[in-house]
Amino acid sequence: MSEPKRHLGPSSPTSRRSFLRTGLALGGAVGAGGFTGRAAAETPDAKNLPPNVPEWSQALGEGVVSRPYGRPSKFEADVIRRDVEWLTASRQSSVSFTPLHQLEGIITPNGLGFERHHGGIAEIDPAEHRLMIHGLVEKPLMLTLEDVKRFPRVNRIAFLECAANSGMEWKGAQLNGCQFTHGMVHCVMYTGVPLRRLLEEAGLKTNAKWLLPEGADAAAMTRSVPIEKALDDAIVAYAMNGEALYPEHGYPLRLVLPGWQGNMWVKWLRRIKVGDEPWHTREETSKYTALMPDGQARRFTWAMDAKSVITNPSPQAPIHHKGFTVLSGLAWSGRGTIKGVDVSLDGGRNWRAARLDGPVLDKALTRFYYEFDWNGDPLLLQSRALDETGYVQPTKAALRQHRGLNSIYHNNGIQTWHVLPNGEIENVEVA
Amino acid sequence: MSRSRNGIGAALAALFLTASPAVAERLNIGRVATPEEIKGWDIDVRPDGKGLPVGKGTAALGETIFQERCASCHGEFGEGAGRWPELAGGAGTIKSESPVKTVGSYWPYVSTVFDFVHRAMPFGAAQTLTPDETYSVTAYLLYLNDILKDQDFEVNEKNLATIRLPNEKNFFMDDRETAEKEFWTAKPCMSNCLPKEAMITGRARILDVTPDKAPDSEKKSPPVQ
Repeated sequence: MSEPKRHLGPSSPTSRRSFLRTGLALGGAVGAGGFTGRAAAETPDAKNLPPNVPEWSQALGEGVVSRPYGRPSKFEADVIRRDVEWLTASRQSSVSFTPLHQLEGIITPNGLGFERHHGGIAEIDPAEHRLMIHGLVEKPLMLTLEDVKRFPRVNRIAFLECAANSGMEWKGAQLNGCQFTHGMVHCVMYTGVPLRRLLEEAGLKTNAKWLLPEGADAAAMTRSVPIEKALDDAIVAYAMNGEALYPEHGYPLRLVLPGWQGNMWVKWLRRIKVGDEPWHTREETSKYTALMPDGQARRFTWAMDAKSVITNPSPQAPIHHKGFTVLSGLAWSGRGTIKGVDVSLDGGRNWRAARLDGPVLDKALTRFYYEFDWNGDPLLLQSRALDETGYVQPTKAALRQHRGLNSIYHNNGIQTWHVLPNGEIENVEVA
Repeated sequence: MSRSRNGIGAALAALFLTASPAVAERLNIGRVATPEEIKGWDIDVRPDGKGLPVGKGTAALGETIFQERCASCHGEFGEGAGRWPELAGGAGTIKSESPVKTVGSYWPYVSTVFDFVHRAMPFGAAQTLTPDETYSVTAYLLYLNDILKDQDFEVNEKNLATIRLPNEKNFFMDDRETAEKEFWTAKPCMSNCLPKEAMITGRARILDVTPDKAPDSEKKSPPVQ
């Protein structure tokens, strides 16, 4: 159950000491000018370099099906999800982060999408899984996975962002790496049945206003979903990126609610109850509500507002060369498509339009680039997303002015990376 | 700040002008769920008490269960152990710099306590408490938070929903589109947007809590509760 007890920082002197210890590993390396994030040999063997013929050009490699299910090169072993141990009391109710700084394009590989579990990963035999739809329906339904797959299918690319993404940064810059500051987001293509189609099969009664999707995991996750969203674009998905959902993402079934906070995308979906009022479950009352400075709290904050982050360069991906430099990043909006991204090199004083490349899809990650010559001067990098509703990604200061420092969720403020003359990058705040 | 506290319907209508009722032919896939099957899984409880199972409990009985099943994480008096959540106390802290959000100080509805304890607690042994035990644990948590004063007061399916929590009135429907309207209306500035050069006001490395890159095998696993 443990939600991060204090999202915003270490809480005890003991834990603070251990953070400082772990912090030294990275801080020390950065201080010495070392660059992180390189898995390949730092000093290549000259016998494999021109004019010599490399060994892999002479000896045979492994045959087919030596890797029946393929995996990345062994030289990419550091491209992994990571967690922040001090954040939660146990790994069963915790979060791991997508390595955004090591990924390209807009699709997240299935093994790298961030995780958020509240009762560990349920390992479910699909033959023993059922989806029950009941409540204010004409015909309460019991569906097997095979049944669900008989319905007409849709494919949809959508980002999924945890409402607490960047939540640890509300009180100030804290984590050096976009994996940690922004890595509770991923984007895959889902295959499944429109939820609307399943509800039509059950037959909604006229007073049906809310749904309660429930997970089959040991947290039995539940959230109240308004019927309008369910009938609009919700999907009950069984595949991501062309293959079955991974267990950590809800195998065999999960709810997909494009643009809305990830906590509502119930994994291991076993039951959907139809009702006429919201349930006010634990995750929509004590958690995932935004506490304002006046003591009131905003609830049912479903949509994820427009946001962006520069993934390269970033603290885990420093700059290795002067001269021509490709700046790359991701932008997304839970309210529609990304209309544009602006980039600043001077901490938000002057902005230039970035170049969007690849598909620009409704409620999906969108890739942007900005190419420039770096002469070794310090830079303060920022990106600012604009979406089709006219929403402009705000500064952290503007957000704090509205919401104070204790709202935890929905931190979509502009991120600043400080580029040092030696190419190291640090997470900073500017004014 | 003016806020519409009961604006759920209006906000939804504005969000989904295009949504229409579901009308389509049945494909006759799957089968009817039986009342017995539904009963086994239908555990959710609403603030008005709908969904509560028949049962009863008291804080006095709940204390014993809590000490055995809950206190190792939540503390004897709900004060929380380590990084596990506090469940009691925190009154008067909600507007402070470090709010302590507990059942008494923050949660809006008693039904949520019953529902969550029944479905997800104890952590690692979910859905093992009987309805009577859940009523008792709920009563004990209310007692710890001074909501119930009498440890022998019986909480049951008929009166649970009549017990109100002090923070209920302080929740309001998402109003970002009006309260934060300026984020939609401001034209993005492109040049000379700051009066002077940007100055660094904070650094992550001052308190660098970024995890190191040690392989998982070398990290000490947190205790499994």
